[in-house]
Amino acid sequence: MTQLDKSRFAHRDLLDIARLSAQDITLLLDVAEGYVNKSRGRDKKLSLLHGFTQINLFFENSTRTRTSFEAAGLRLGADVINMSVSSSSVKKGETLIDTAMTLNAMHPDVLVIRHSDSGAPHLLAQKVDCAVINAGDGSHEHPTQALLDALTIRNRKGRLEGLTVAICGDILHSRVARSNIALLNIMGARVRLVGPTTLLPSNARKLGAEVYHSMKEGLKDADIVMMLRLQTERMQGAFVPSIREYFNLFGLDKEKLKVAKPDALIMHPGPMNRGVEIDSEIADDLNISAISEQVEMGVAVRMACLDLLTQGARS
Amino acid sequence: MTRTHPHALLNARLLDPATDLDVRGGLLIRDGLVADFGPHITADTLPDGASFEDCNGFCLSPGLVDAHAYLCEPGKEHRETMATAGLAAAAGGVTTINAFPATEPVIDEAALVELVARRARETCPVNVVVTGALSKGLLGEEMAEFGLLAEAGVVAFSDGQMAVGNINLMRRALSYSTMFGLPVIVHAEEPSLARGGVMTAGRTATFMGLKSIPSCAEAILVERDIRLVAMTGATWHAAHLSTADALNSIRRAKDEQLKVTAGTAPHYHALNDLEVGEYRTFARVSPPLREEEDRMAVVEAIKDGTIDVISSQHLPQSADSKRVPFAQAKPGVIGLETMLPVSLRLYHNGDVGLLDLLRTMTIAPARLLGIDAGRLEKGKPADLCLFDLEKPWQVDGTQLQSKSKNTAFDGHLLQGRVVKTLVGGRTVFER
Repeated sequence: MTQLDKSRFAHRDLLDIARLSAQDITLLLDVAEGYVNKSRGRDKKLSLLHGFTQINLFFENSTRTRTSFEAAGLRLGADVINMSVSSSSVKKGETLIDTAMTLNAMHPDVLVIRHSDSGAPHLLAQKVDCAVINAGDGSHEHPTQALLDALTIRNRKGRLEGLTVAICGDILHSRVARSNIALLNIMGARVRLVGPTTLLPSNARKLGAEVYHSMKEGLKDADIVMMLRLQTERMQGAFVPSIREYFNLFGLDKEKLKVAKPDALIMHPGPMNRGVEIDSEIADDLNISAISEQVEMGVAVRMACLDLLTQGARS
Repeated sequence: MTRTHPHALLNARLLDPATDLDVRGGLLIRDGLVADFGPHITADTLPDGASFEDCNGFCLSPGLVDAHAYLCEPGKEHRETMATAGLAAAAGGVTTINAFPATEPVIDEAALVELVARRARETCPVNVVVTGALSKGLLGEEMAEFGLLAEAGVVAFSDGQMAVGNINLMRRALSYSTMFGLPVIVHAEEPSLARGGVMTAGRTATFMGLKSIPSCAEAILVERDIRLVAMTGATWHAAHLSTADALNSIRRAKDEQLKVTAGTAPHYHALNDLEVGEYRTFARVSPPLREEEDRMAVVEAIKDGTIDVISSQHLPQSADSKRVPFAQAKPGVIGLETMLPVSLRLYHNGDVGLLDLLRTMTIAPARLLGIDAGRLEKGKPADLCLFDLEKPWQVDGTQLQSKSKNTAFDGHLLQGRVVKTLVGGRTVFER
């Protein structure tokens, strides 16, 4: 890890993938790779961020992402404070900017924010003096998810460039999809979007992807099949008529997977709706499913983000 | 019964709108299929063992395709059954009926499509195709399972006479329908303007003191949907248009190359709101009969091709639901048996050529529904309609085949009548 030139990473915040370069992404993944090994060992703790304060500010319920950021911070030696919406003063009517100013006065070094409004992390970043990491904003981006997906793919396939990646499901509402589309395009992969017309933006092609409304066509010869979570409230007649129809048309099962490459890798950002977007037979098959590995990579990638974003403060 | 030997219909006026064929000749049927047709089919050229009949120069056209009818089965068998609707269709020259989903239960599930198709095969003498519900229960709230319905074989999606007021639902339904390549058929009447109205707004409604529906309710919904069609790229059909304004909107949409087609029903080109007369409930239909200017606009639109399809809008209602004050009567008229003779008025009046008129009831609805019917073609099932173009007759509602007798044309003098109908080479009606 010492031979990596971390100083090339010139960002204060990680707000979206779209503003990263291919070099930035490669560096993040390379640094993360080192942390994967560290996390597998008996002693997982480092002191890189000793004395630093990381605040996880979650305006939206999350267990996995928050825990993953928490583990990443703790393993690097930071003091981690979790602040969730139910215990915050937001319920008392405080605006996002007021919350930001209050937290800023406590001199944190990193703010990790998740918010249901697209662009909330960007607003926060303008008002605080420390690094801000977007842990998911509305339907906009979820950059660390795309990075952990990329690391998983790179581990399994050895590269990102030239791969055909099919992202399937509710593209319209998905921040995971937007971050992945951006990252995969930057890294030279071929992106396909597969989903019902009602769950794809009408101008989806302009995102730099091919658009399909049939799994059979969209999955043909794909190297990677990335399933997205479908919110239950969107399946009851509004965007999709019913769960059974959705699974029939777009749920991933062995039959639909047949057209993909024989060694195709299945991914899902979790939490899964078994029997809605993915069949258990596939989700639990460790030969084709990388779903558990994604979670493991998540911690390493977040450690890499914390590492690179606090370089300035550390020096 | 199906003949095992070839059979020929000779000395007919062969009419096929799909190919603009209008020629005297014969048609040979073998194994229920059209084996050959044309001027060369005469008594002298028949194969050995073939039987034949003389058609007396009557018109022989493809069997009619009725794009819009309510067969009431399952659930409303006291009004009509597949069997009685089939008899009415056969007597009207209709060989394929598109059954609408306003049954009980509503056809919004794949299993019901299969049930209806099976009942039709068992009891109905003509072909039946099925339109699936657009919204669950026709309630206009949640999209029905288009994918599963399409797999079960529906030919279109529609809420029948329930207009979809929720624009976002219509937007999503149109968008979703594009994945299955099936048309969405709509009742074009803005429901918030139509609610409670029983007649078209105008002189007659005012004099009669009946609550009315402004004619613009139709154009408003048509304009709304045309914009959604432009956005989604869907295939959209207005089931039964009745106003000049809405037809002008259709003209513009067609100029823009949108996948938009329009239909009407015989009562909208043949009748106006004066037909309500002394509060005749048999003249209550939805949308309501319009003023004369609008009726003339409908005729004009059939003439210039703005209206692609004429369908019966056959909607049986029991006598009890019509023997009430006008405003309480249920809307709807039967029409399978009278669709062709009433529409032939347009030909006899010199408004529309015979082939153009037949096109609206054969190949045009077949194309709309994506079904292989409505044309004369070798090797295809011999679904045929033989009619006497000139025969004058008077409609007697009690003599019609439908179980319900709610015709708007009782006592009307018509010219032209079906004399024989064949489905798959089998005679299902003969006068």
